[in-house]
Parts: sequence; structure tokens; C-alpha cells
Amino acid sequence: MTIKRKAFIAGIYEHPRREIPDRSVAQIHAEVAIGALADAGLTLSDVDGYFTDGSTGFGAMSMTDYLGLRCTHSDSTETGGSSYLFHVGHAAEAIAAGRCNVALITLAGKPRTGGGGGPGRAYAPENAFEGLFGMSGAVTGYALAAQRHMYEYGTTSEQLAEVKVAASLHAQHNPHAMLNKPVTVEEVLASPMISSPLHRFDCCVVTDGGGAVVVVSPEVARDLPRANVTVLGQGEAIKHSDNGRIDLTYTGGVVSGPRAFEEAGVTHSDIDYVSIYDSFTITVVETLEDLGFCEKGQGGRFVMDGTLVSPGGKLPFNTDGGGLCNNHPSNRGGITKIIEAVRQLRGEAHPAVQVPDCEIALAHGTGGSLATRMGSSTLIMAREAA
Amino acid sequence: MSTELPRLAPRIDPDTAAFWEGTTRGVLLLERCPDCQTVIWYPRGGFCPACGKFSAVTFEAAGTGTVYSFTVVHRGLGEYAGVTPFVIAYVELDEGPRVMTNIVDVDPSEVHVGMPVRAVFHDTGEGSALYRFAPAQRTGA
Repeated sequence: MTIKRKAFIAGIYEHPRREIPDRSVAQIHAEVAIGALADAGLTLSDVDGYFTDGSTGFGAMSMTDYLGLRCTHSDSTETGGSSYLFHVGHAAEAIAAGRCNVALITLAGKPRTGGGGGPGRAYAPENAFEGLFGMSGAVTGYALAAQRHMYEYGTTSEQLAEVKVAASLHAQHNPHAMLNKPVTVEEVLASPMISSPLHRFDCCVVTDGGGAVVVVSPEVARDLPRANVTVLGQGEAIKHSDNGRIDLTYTGGVVSGPRAFEEAGVTHSDIDYVSIYDSFTITVVETLEDLGFCEKGQGGRFVMDGTLVSPGGKLPFNTDGGGLCNNHPSNRGGITKIIEAVRQLRGEAHPAVQVPDCEIALAHGTGGSLATRMGSSTLIMAREAA
Repeated sequence: MSTELPRLAPRIDPDTAAFWEGTTRGVLLLERCPDCQTVIWYPRGGFCPACGKFSAVTFEAAGTGTVYSFTVVHRGLGEYAGVTPFVIAYVELDEGPRVMTNIVDVDPSEVHVGMPVRAVFHDTGEGSALYRFAPAQRTGA
């Protein structure tokens, strides 16, 4: 069975705010759910499949209750920030299997002003062997990966900075972006060192917020005005510490990418736009290599000379400003990766960064840590009516 | 020299009790599967994820290895907030596994990939000691 053309993205919504002290996490889930359903031309009562991460109480069970849903299918797959890219694939599978027809995916969280949840890690078996040495923030793990990538392949801080520069050029056109001022390579290198070799500007923003996506069956899509993006393929993988043989220089994208391309039946030259998970600049460089947009180890060189900048670059990426500049709600950037890719396919990205004739887009999520274990999901979508 | 690092105590589970008991004696205990000879990390109390059996036995590691990767942390969180800069690293043990740890007893600016290191043990006072690593050429206490 394949999910190719079995499901359509009918609605998207990104919460416009980046600091939301006056709403609970559950309320934000409700706001984005209503927003995406309204975009689709649907309401909560139409939903029969629900997907969310495991960070809010019992995940789908708690939120199905709060939202008042009555679903025949639910899924709380938890892979950190990439969860929602897993969810789209799983929603398409469920729709193809006839288990639901209108799948709602929501994300919400408040790491900026407090009051958010987060998956319980106290009893994770790896905790004692990773949690006692000061690696409490994500940045240190990604810094370990960056250091090793530099050692093996000669990747430089200047090359990593190019990723941030491209994101900032896009973010200047996004009025909702947390950071909307273009920065230079020199400014990235001059920003404070957080965890070597990563500077502050190599890191994503910390924002409250959320987003939602509605995935529907072809039969439902035919009656909806905006369901003109179809899922061509998805691949996923959990790459882990491999019994102590961890290799920090690659991601789960080496598995998820080829599977997504194979299912979609497209090649790299067919991809008009990419949303690449950008928790940190190194995340983008390793991911582009692993998805096959360049040779392994050449990611640093690949991102130079404006490769990722829209318009004009060879591979326009993260035209909303990405997690590096726009939004990383709940410390999870997966849903916004899907949302901006759908905007591009609809032709509804900001005119200054819209890719001309954008027909096929790829969105990729990396959740967890490059330094320990991660969930990787690659999603390929096309502009196509049901 | 780096500042004394926090000595956070691990929660000790049935599958890690032997490992942590070893650290209190200044010994790094690893598990090896007698069937597939795989050296296992992190400790799983006899479970071998390579062949799926509960048959692994413990042995004393040499306590030496090299730095596989490292980062100098300038923004610490929690108990580590006041001890920056400090070094988090993956050390590749001579027996194979790459273990997350701190590099201590050295100026952070001198740490590099490939650096030879040896284990040191910092007692938590709660039935365990944290295994950290110091430059190997510094013998003695």
C-alpha cells in the first residue's frame, strides 16, 4: 500500500503570536484547530481523526476530550519537533485504510512565557547516562554534532552562518517573525558563543504558539475549496545512540529521505521548495546532505553563495524565516515546516519569497537531538487538486 | 583548570545498579554479550540490544579512550549555570562505546578531537560516582 495521492492537505493555520501569556496550552490547541479547520472550510464536528504529540497530558486522549472530538482514529506519536511530519504520513495511512476521513493535527506550547508541558523523561532509560553532565539544553547536543562535522569534513562556522543569513533574509518579509532583521555572516560569528562551535545566531528562537494542519480523503477534498495539495510520499526513521556506536555526522534523513522520494516517484531536481528543520544551523547542513541534495560532507559548501535564498537560490528553503528567525512554537518546528511548504504550493507565501510555479515541495523534520536520538520524517507534497 | 562540576546523582534502577556500584569503587563496568561479543552501552542489566538476549556479563573497562567530539558550554542550565565554561564530550572508550561525559582537569581551550583521556570518578555521596575524563598524560591524582 502507498499513501501517494491518497490524502490532501485541506487546511493550515499558524498561530500569529510568539508570546501568549494569556492563553493556556490547551486553549492554543483549540485556537489553531479552529483556524486550520476554518481554512479548510470545516468545523470541529467534521473531525474523525486526531493527531498530536505526547506533550499535553495523555496526548491525543487528553486533547480529544478538551476539544470535544469524537474520533475513529487517533495517534500521539512523539518524536519531539518532528512529530507533526510523522503525523501527516500516519494520517494519510489512516485515510488510505479507511479509518478516518478528516484528520486534524495540532501543536501548542508556551516555552517563552511558561506553563507548557513536555514529555516525561524522568524514567527514560538513557536519562542517567546523558542528563547528569550538564546537557540540559538542546544546543549542547547539536554543538557536539557540529564539532564532529567540522572535524571530519572541514565545515566552517562561516558556512553554518550562511543558513541563518538566508533565513533572516526571508524573515524580514514576515510580520509575525520573532526576528525580522537581516543579519550577515559576520554578525552571526560575532553573536555570543553559547556552546562551541554554535553561536546564539546559530540557534532557533524560543516562542510560544502552535499550528495545525487538516488532512482529508480525496472524497472530502473534492468538496473543499482549498484542498489543492496532495501527499506524494513520506518516509520516517528513528536514529538512536546505536548501542554506544553513535555517529554524529548524519541524521535519520538518510533513511527517511530515500523512502519518501521512492514513494513520491520524484527526484531532487523535481523539488521546487524545501522546508528543512532548522533547530540549529548544523541541523540544516547535515539534513541537506542526508536527503541527497549534495554529497555527504559538502553541506557547508552547498549552502554558500545564497543557495537557500528565495528568490534566486538553487534550493529555496524556509521562506517564512524558519525556526531560526520566525517561529519554533513549543520548541518544536515541525508543524511550521509543513505550513510554509503548503503556502508555497498554494502560491500564498509572501510575494517577496514566493517560488515561481512551485509545484512540488519537500518538508523535513528532525526531532530530539542529533547527539543522542532523533525522529526524522520527510514529506513530499504536490500542488494537485483531488 | 575548570571549576568543580556539580555531582548530580543518578536514579539507580535494577538494570544499572551494578554499574553505579562499580563507579563508587573507581571502576567503569561495561557489559559484553557472550553470544555476539558486543560491548553494550548504555548499561542494560544484561540485556543485549544487538542479539536480544538477557545474557550479557560485566567486565572492567580500561577506563581510557579518546575524545570523539566535544563542546565548550558557555550557557549552563540548572546546577551547571554557575560553572561555565565547562566541557561536554563524547569519549570513545578503548572497548568501543562512545559515552557522553565531561572533560575535566584541563583548560577547555585545550580539549580537541582525538585527545587521549582517562576516567576519573566524582562521588555523589548517594551510592554512585560520576565518570568523567581527564587528559591521559596526567597520571596520578
